[in-house]
Amino acid sequence: MAQIIVEGLSKFFQVAERRPGLWGAVSGLLRRDHRSVAALQDVSFEINAGELVGYIGPNGAGKSTTIKILSGILVPTAGRCEVRGRVPWLERHQHVADIGVVFGQRSQLWWDLPVMESFDLLRDIYRVPASEYRDTRDQLIAEMSIEPLLATPVRQLSLGQRMRCDLVASLLHCPSILFLDEPTIGLDAVSRLALRHFIRRINRERGTTIILTTHDMDDIEALCERVIVIGRGTILSDGPLAGLREQLDPERRMKVELVNDERFDVEHARVISREGTMLQLSFDPRRITTPELIRRISESHEVRDLLVEYPPIEELIAKLYADSADSKPAVIEPSA
Amino acid sequence: MDSTRSPEGARGGFAENVALYGRYISISIMSQMQYKLSFLLAVVSQLLVTSLGVLGIWVMFSRFGSLGGWGLHEVLVFYGLVNVAFAIADALATGFDRFGSEYIRQGGFDRLLLRPRSVSLQLLGHELALRRLGGFTQGLIVLTWGLGHLDVPFDPATLLFTLYIIGCAVCLFLAIFILQATLSFWTVESIELMNTMTYGGVEASQYPMSIYEPWFRHFFTFVVPLACVTYFPVLVLLGRDDPVGTSRWFQMLCPLAGPIFLMVSIQVFERLGVRYYTSTGS
Amino acid sequence: MSSTYFSAYVAVISARYRGLLQYRAAAFAGFVTQLFWGCIKIMIMFAFFAASDEPQPMSIVEVVSYIWLGQAMLGMLPWSIDKDIEAMIRSGDVSYELVRPLDLYTFWFCRTIALRTATTTLRAIPMVIFAMIGLPLVGAVDWALLPPADLITFLAFVISLGCALMLACAFTMLMHVVLVWTISGEGLNRFIPAIVNVFSGMIVPLPLFPDWMQGFLEWQPFRGLVDVPFRIYTGNIPLGSAAPDVALQLLWAAVFIWLGRRMLTGSMRRMVVQGG
Repeated sequence: MAQIIVEGLSKFFQVAERRPGLWGAVSGLLRRDHRSVAALQDVSFEINAGELVGYIGPNGAGKSTTIKILSGILVPTAGRCEVRGRVPWLERHQHVADIGVVFGQRSQLWWDLPVMESFDLLRDIYRVPASEYRDTRDQLIAEMSIEPLLATPVRQLSLGQRMRCDLVASLLHCPSILFLDEPTIGLDAVSRLALRHFIRRINRERGTTIILTTHDMDDIEALCERVIVIGRGTILSDGPLAGLREQLDPERRMKVELVNDERFDVEHARVISREGTMLQLSFDPRRITTPELIRRISESHEVRDLLVEYPPIEELIAKLYADSADSKPAVIEPSA
Repeated sequence: MDSTRSPEGARGGFAENVALYGRYISISIMSQMQYKLSFLLAVVSQLLVTSLGVLGIWVMFSRFGSLGGWGLHEVLVFYGLVNVAFAIADALATGFDRFGSEYIRQGGFDRLLLRPRSVSLQLLGHELALRRLGGFTQGLIVLTWGLGHLDVPFDPATLLFTLYIIGCAVCLFLAIFILQATLSFWTVESIELMNTMTYGGVEASQYPMSIYEPWFRHFFTFVVPLACVTYFPVLVLLGRDDPVGTSRWFQMLCPLAGPIFLMVSIQVFERLGVRYYTSTGS
Repeated sequence: MSSTYFSAYVAVISARYRGLLQYRAAAFAGFVTQLFWGCIKIMIMFAFFAASDEPQPMSIVEVVSYIWLGQAMLGMLPWSIDKDIEAMIRSGDVSYELVRPLDLYTFWFCRTIALRTATTTLRAIPMVIFAMIGLPLVGAVDWALLPPADLITFLAFVISLGCALMLACAFTMLMHVVLVWTISGEGLNRFIPAIVNVFSGMIVPLPLFPDWMQGFLEWQPFRGLVDVPFRIYTGNIPLGSAAPDVALQLLWAAVFIWLGRRMLTGSMRRMVVQGG
């Protein structure tokens, strides 16, 4: 059975409208106009235990609203949501004891305290039995190699160091689900790689379900087998990354370097650009398989080098948003 | 991997919560000790600032001799008691005091909700503000000074009753801080209005309530029961009858309004406030 | 040149006005709070005055008006500093200010005037209207702020209030400069407000202090902030003897400005030498 069930989830916010100008300011004292804005509209998905799901979308698309509802700190307007058989906001205390949440922007550690003190305090807050705590903690510290940081006050850590400590902190109580909200934001390349490595390891070795929101498409490509794309409060796409590619842009790219500067003409291969002997091709794998195309090219031309690649994921996502903007109007409705 | 623990419910037992609060406090003291100089400066300056307040009272008595039938030392007892209680409450309630700015505006409240513990407990654990030691010390000196110059017997009964009054007054001030925090779920702008209750209340109850107009006295008896935790029980302590004419029983029992107010305010905060927050998420 | 200083003044004052108008609920809450405090003070004064039949150096009617003026002009007292200037000093950006072709002291002084006047004007006007007209309307005639005896008294009050503003700004500038001098000036700035509060006559009007203290109180600088203008308003200082008091205000303002300039120049020179 699915670990997380979301069905027809909607969330509307009341937004006070300020009218412009001096008269607007004065009349705003007496009466405020409200309008209802949909942050989520009829969102449904299921996530099984042990999945590592990327949850992506532009700012204001409803990502954090979904995460907040799933973690029990926001009550939806309509729809069903169950996490491990519990409704998160109705049984918040039990629910949050079983999840971990990491915000890339905000640390959950105590600013002036040495890292280790923060960990110990979290043990007390989450009521982790002493022996279990010691095992988990030491294991995590070793995996994340934060041993040298433990005595340092959090305010003196670099962002990358802090992020690693934050991850450890969110796992001390062995949650079965981990929400990661932009965990790699602002990190340098090395810390980013280390963090990805660690996230994958938690998922594989501990079987922790991980839901990852991010702007970094490299994170998605490196980590997630499944991607849910959200835009304007509705799910635009849900499935394996490969499926997303097929749905949106089934074409593959091929870079070919010829030996001779000659006319290039192979059926099913479209030339996107050409600079002397360097060619950028595009082809549809449903019409011609990659080996077949390579064979045909080699037959008719003398090839120096050849590289097959996917179109960059950013292009896919951008295309998805553009499509949704065309087909769906903004969901805003006035109310009293 | 199943990690569902604490079958007794996530709220946990009283002793366990006290233990966690103890942890919070020891940590808070540790953090504050990292800035010793700024801590010392704060204590000394607060001591000086509050002492100048007493200077004002002394000036008025040196000019007028008495205040509506009350002498200087009696007023000093009121003054000292209120300031001791307020300093304690102020030190305990930093988390509530800064709730609007630090937790609502900057979004730190989400983190508290993500932990399986009572939000009030976590906010109480925000900090034990040691810098309030200045106001506390000054209040204590004034209180003992005032009592020492009056005909009040120095015995265990007096001591216990004084502690009872202070405890109830601390509860009431805490309750006001918590209500103020509750208000910031809805608006962060009107907080200064609540300062009327706290700082204004402290200012007002530094003097015996009988000197004020009835509407004012009633406000601080029935709406915000500050008089119940300061004026009325201090009458018992000083062995004086109430010029307004309340009975001894009432004067002895009314401080319990403090703890009652506190319990109600915690409920309002955790029920109404948190419910509103989780439905708007702002 | 002078337009630079003027624009510094305008920039700050309009930013403050905008802030205050934007947070109207906060401004209203502030007004109610000041009103409440005024009521407490007045009731305490009534109770004290009721205890004694002897003639006092100030009548209760004068004291009531004095209290309302205090609640209205609260923002004028030098008990806070300009947050922008403070931030500039803390971050060390103050050395960039030296590059500008203007006189730093005057520049900051203009900002300080703006700081002191912006809050005061917005809060004083509703407070004065309420205390003068609103209170008698609800039947609290004894509690009301009385208008000045005549036009000349009012003019004298306005002049003295202007001098009080200069004095307040000159003193605020000292608080700024102390921060440049040494960061531990922060500690000093913590309890200076309390001293200002007592010796300006904000907590208790100075004439009510014991007689043996009057000699000292008459000459000390903070008197010029509250005591002089308010007592001129209530007529407690008769018009005939107001001139020396106003002169005292100006004298202290001049002393503070001179001192502030010297200290600022000194610390700037030191900063240039240290390159920091």
